[in-house]
Amino acid sequence: MVNTFEYDFSQQQNSVWKGKTSFSTGLYIDGKFVDGAEGKTIDVTNPADGKVFAKVSEATAKDVDLAVQAAHKAFKTVWGLRFPGSQRGKLLMKLADLMEQNADELAALESLDNGKAFATAKGFDVQQAAETIRYYGGWCDKHHGKTIEVDEHKLAYTRNEPFGVVGQIIPWNFPLLMFAWKLGPALATGNCIILKPSEFTPLTAIRMAHMIQEAGFPPGVVNILTGYGATAGSAISSHMMIDKVAFTGSTLVGRTVLKAAADSNLKNVTLELGGKSPNIIFDDADLEQAIKWSAFGIYFNHGQCCCAGSRVYVQEGVYDTFMQKFTEHVRALKVGDPFHPETFQGPQVSKVQFDRIMGYIQKGKDEGATVHLGGEQHGEEGYYIQPTIFTDAKPGMTIVKDEIFGPVVVVIKFKDEADIIEMANDSMYGLAAAVFSRDISRALKTAHDLGAGTVWVNQYNKLHYQVPFGGYKQSGIGRELGEYALANYTNVKAVHVNLTAEL
Amino acid sequence: MAPETSSIFHDLQLPSGRRVQVPTGLFIDNTFHLAVEPSETFETINPVTEAPICSVQLASEKDVDIAVESSRKAFETVWGVHAKPTWRGQLLLRLADLMERDAQSLAELESLDNGKPVSAARDFDIAESIACLRYYGGWTDKIAGQTIPTDDLNKLAYTLHEPIGVCAQIIPWNYPIQMWAWKTAPALAAGCTVIMKPSELTPLTALKLCELIVEAGFPPGVLNCLPSTGPIGGAALSRHMDVDKIAFTGSTATGRKILQEAAQSNLKKVTLELGGKSPHLIFASADLDKAAEQAVLGIMFNMGQDCCAGSRIYAEASIYDEFIEKVAARAKEFSAKVGDPFADDTQGGPLVSAGQRDKVWGYIQSGINEGAKAMVGGKGWDGKGFYLLPTVFTDIKPGMKIVKEEIFGPVVAIGKFETEKEAIELANATTYGLAAGIQSNDHRQIHRVTSALKAGTVWVNQYGILHNNVPFGGYKQSGIGRELGSYAISEYTNVKAVHWNFS
Repeated sequence: MVNTFEYDFSQQQNSVWKGKTSFSTGLYIDGKFVDGAEGKTIDVTNPADGKVFAKVSEATAKDVDLAVQAAHKAFKTVWGLRFPGSQRGKLLMKLADLMEQNADELAALESLDNGKAFATAKGFDVQQAAETIRYYGGWCDKHHGKTIEVDEHKLAYTRNEPFGVVGQIIPWNFPLLMFAWKLGPALATGNCIILKPSEFTPLTAIRMAHMIQEAGFPPGVVNILTGYGATAGSAISSHMMIDKVAFTGSTLVGRTVLKAAADSNLKNVTLELGGKSPNIIFDDADLEQAIKWSAFGIYFNHGQCCCAGSRVYVQEGVYDTFMQKFTEHVRALKVGDPFHPETFQGPQVSKVQFDRIMGYIQKGKDEGATVHLGGEQHGEEGYYIQPTIFTDAKPGMTIVKDEIFGPVVVVIKFKDEADIIEMANDSMYGLAAAVFSRDISRALKTAHDLGAGTVWVNQYNKLHYQVPFGGYKQSGIGRELGEYALANYTNVKAVHVNLTAEL
Repeated sequence: MAPETSSIFHDLQLPSGRRVQVPTGLFIDNTFHLAVEPSETFETINPVTEAPICSVQLASEKDVDIAVESSRKAFETVWGVHAKPTWRGQLLLRLADLMERDAQSLAELESLDNGKPVSAARDFDIAESIACLRYYGGWTDKIAGQTIPTDDLNKLAYTLHEPIGVCAQIIPWNYPIQMWAWKTAPALAAGCTVIMKPSELTPLTALKLCELIVEAGFPPGVLNCLPSTGPIGGAALSRHMDVDKIAFTGSTATGRKILQEAAQSNLKKVTLELGGKSPHLIFASADLDKAAEQAVLGIMFNMGQDCCAGSRIYAEASIYDEFIEKVAARAKEFSAKVGDPFADDTQGGPLVSAGQRDKVWGYIQSGINEGAKAMVGGKGWDGKGFYLLPTVFTDIKPGMKIVKEEIFGPVVAIGKFETEKEAIELANATTYGLAAGIQSNDHRQIHRVTSALKAGTVWVNQYGILHNNVPFGGYKQSGIGRELGSYAISEYTNVKAVHWNFS
């Protein structure tokens, strides 16, 4: 029996939106909402109070098979290049419009499921997600191949073809936004999709399935399977009939995805993994701005951001002033009910995450770093953690090396350029980095020397869907966003038409 | 005698019974105005009844000055780099939606002013125009420059693709709405402001579309529209010292004047889409039924009032006799469908004006006088309306006027060739180079011939079908620059190279 999720947001006392939602929470396969083959369900927990408030169908390997079959059928009959680019674009535009029309509902669902502030979900997540879909809608009829001059005997050209059926596994930190980042380029290039949202945050993905149906995408083009990584996720990574898998999540799981792809059919793989991004504050930085951006850089989304600036390096000349003002600023951050309009930081997404972060905080203390601010649970109920600052941290420490994925920053003092580049790059990760300095030459030189896929100068955590994003080193393979993302979903065919060459 | 009261709106009853209010003033800063000299007007004529539809204000040089000032101000304050690319795209998408909403009434107005069948205006001209606006709406946030690694390691070298600025656009009367879309869409997408001068023969839909510009949300001054004549408004725009670029579609003779004016004034950028005398080559291996069908449509569509009309057909000697019979049959079928533009099954209407009709009739007479044989048509029209029925000339010789000059009417000249080499020579023996067609089933021949033809568009086993994402423009005296596709965006951008030394 497929459940229907119903919720009246007026029960959220502090919410500015008091609307209702009601939709079926089955697996979306071949244009229909169905039960999982094994009839099991997944509990959905509200991280603000730790209570289960919904159940969604659970997909296992059998369901992945069914979805793959539906996707292949759709690809062979109604989708792919057979469905013209401008028409694919129209559907994506329609989907973006639907998202904007239902922004409050999507934001409220996201907030309830993930714990992020409703104001942020609406003003950032939903808005950006809709615009990302619209952005890729515009790419559909503009993905040109090339004609290439070789010699007079031949007409040589490339065709940008879709892979066919692609698997996409997305995380729980920005459920709707990650959905859009994945869906947009894959559909723009003509692929059919099997998408597995995180078992921790399935709701907006399922609601999107309804909108995809409403927008008029043919059945089988997009399939949404809520399930666990070890079962449904693994089935996708190792499926012999899925031609490509895109994964965003931890480096640990990314490894298993790559291995599964290698062991099965050598499917194309792109990965967006973890980070331990360095944020460098030189003594000629605009300190007030640097402090604000740095706080945003680590505490935005409760630190649950792959590109979070979790190692802040402050040049010794301004270290004391920075620490004093930064601490003041962080102390004033509002932690609380996601539905309260003034909340900046809500709870962490789950008990598992909560325990892991608290574990790191303990480790930090054990290894001799100083808890300068925070370090405890916030409140009694739910998975809230106080914004935490560690000082006196040294390079080998766990909290300096490992990705914590919570509202915990280490602040380290440094001497000069020579010193800092090595320290900043001393990580297996390479997702992002930032440089604060009023001397643009210094900033650019530093930026160019940092081993990271995104480098901010005098800013942090501001992305744009037109600009590519992805990791160096163990932070990932491939780039999302911008025109670059199209390459992730394109099989390039070179056609050599022999005109006059003879043997 | 009291001066005639000029108004800036006119209530029209269309032949369908629909009433529509047509603006008849100058459109500047999002409002309709009287000209500085409001008694200066011109009439637009209904080519079916030969009666005037209404009077329209005639913009003079003084009005051009006012419009340019408005465009410049908009460019420097609310458009160009001051308008976020994504937002520019949203406005174009909204404009497309509005055009779609009003498609039927716009089609009827277009038909009334131009004479083309309502069904063609709606299902072809306007449908393609809507798609064109959507296509360019998707480009706005995808216009990327380059970052370039130079030999100087301390330099950041990059290009910015900036909008050119204030662009004058002069469009013809053969596809008023579609030419409007082809011009405005890439210009606005790239961030330029536009001063549109529609043809004095067909100003009404351009003016009506200005209402949609306001409704879509474009800021004042972004698009201004000046109904005027070529010698007055067009010339004033060509020589204006503060217009950064002029784009013109029309006759080669006028194109020359515009280029001269641009050179003499401020060396503004110029793109031109001019005339053609496009050859359509029919080889023996072709499917003659399809070829005849496409060849006839290739010249008779829009009653031959098409810059890329296939107005010279050359058939291989061995299939010549059979081919011309098929052409004659289809031409006669087409003739039977010439009639009332407001009737559903009409395929062709009158020519746009008495002047055009007289010009075309002059060519028909010249053909007969110079010894060509009118296999179909060759007669005048009895009764009201600027009609001329299709004429097919055979027994042609290279020197004849009907073979050398652009007729711009439903008149085709068919000749014969013995060898492929001769076909190519005949095809290229023209100062024009807009388009060409080849009907053949020999792929090597197709490649040889398409490589040898000096034309900006070559159709293989097709004729006259364009797409918004494929570029279109002329070789030789058929024009400068390209419209449509990504190429049109380049025509509205200025490349700035920045050499940022940060050593």
